Amino acid sequence: MTSSTIAEVLSIIEEEYDETLAAWFRTQRQEGVRRPDLFSNAEAENQLGQLLRAFVDGARRADLDRPINLEDEAWTLLRDTLREVTKNRLERGVSPTEMTTMVLALKHPLYTRLRKRLAGDPDRLVEEITQLSRAMDAFAMQINEDFLAERDQIIERQRQEMMELSTPVVQLWERVLTIPLIGTLDSARAQEVMENLLNSIVEHRAEVVIVDITGVRVVDTQVAQHLLRTAAAVRLMGAEAIISGISPKIAQTMVELGVDVGEVTTRPSIRAALRDAFVKVGFEIRRTDDSRA
Amino acid sequence: MTAVHDAASVYMVENVLLIAIRDNITDTDIIGLQEELSERIVVEGARGIVIDIAALEIVDTFVGRILAQLSAIGHLLGAETYTVGMQPAVAMTLVELGMDFSGSRTALSLSHALRALKAKGLA
Repeated sequence: MTSSTIAEVLSIIEEEYDETLAAWFRTQRQEGVRRPDLFSNAEAENQLGQLLRAFVDGARRADLDRPINLEDEAWTLLRDTLREVTKNRLERGVSPTEMTTMVLALKHPLYTRLRKRLAGDPDRLVEEITQLSRAMDAFAMQINEDFLAERDQIIERQRQEMMELSTPVVQLWERVLTIPLIGTLDSARAQEVMENLLNSIVEHRAEVVIVDITGVRVVDTQVAQHLLRTAAAVRLMGAEAIISGISPKIAQTMVELGVDVGEVTTRPSIRAALRDAFVKVGFEIRRTDDSRA
Repeated sequence: MTAVHDAASVYMVENVLLIAIRDNITDTDIIGLQEELSERIVVEGARGIVIDIAALEIVDTFVGRILAQLSAIGHLLGAETYTVGMQPAVAMTLVELGMDFSGSRTALSLSHALRALKAKGLA
């Protein structure tokens, strides 16, 4: 035998298409991965049929002597179909194990038929089974890859959304901005905060920006460095930064850490910072009713 | 009185030297500018200097250092120096490079700087 082949497998699928499909269904049911709660018979049948046809298409084109790589041109149809079916099933809550088991369930009906057809030719039987196993394993791994890629995308999207949500720049008054920081301030977020803030300074022609850290859980040397850098960049732009929301505890920590804020104005509350900001931009807040003291 | 330089336009208005740096400034240009500026502060008796760098989109350590130097020279020669109109990207780069221009004054724009100079009776 010169080249690896699964000719017999392919002819089984072609000649006994309906039977194979039905047997595949049965195995899935036995393995408990049919999920009739999520997919109607017609829909599942349609998906499996697509996969089966794509498999035949790929196996015809691919050179089975080489490692099976679904990224190859030959497997395009199967890869896309697999990806689509995986995505569709994951969205409905099918676990990756169930999805993999569902595809691998095709092995059993094909093995049974191969054994019947190639009973008199054990060498060929082994060869076909080996090649079919290789291909099926590659599909299973591809499903896991797709699953992970899909998850990664979701995580990345959520991370970005969180990043945007967590750095809103708010205009408090004419030429006065504030950015209330909440949660943790790592390098990536610090960069985002700085970018947003500097662009808003240009946009609003702001002269004072209040960086409020009331909601920042931990202030260590690194967070302090990020804050001071932001303040330095704000100053370079020609505006003034006030860091507010320094709790007594944070003040103690910062001194213990030896953080030197230099010229940067710091205030315990956003209220104290706002008063400074009004003075700087030339406004004044007055009580209009003395009886309400 | 005006002077046209390769790297920047320099204008003397009242007692204030106004310098607008161009975006395509080269290293040689900026050194020439430093010399011309030092001369003119003394010759024309400038009390205030405003360096507008709004056109600068990109800076490196060299340009950053010279900009800081310009305002230090102005300060030494008795003129209050403002660097104005810095782009956000430029500010971020300078902070990344550890150049915080400490000791030099900054303002949002030319008019902000002029207002500050007027308030101090220097313009």
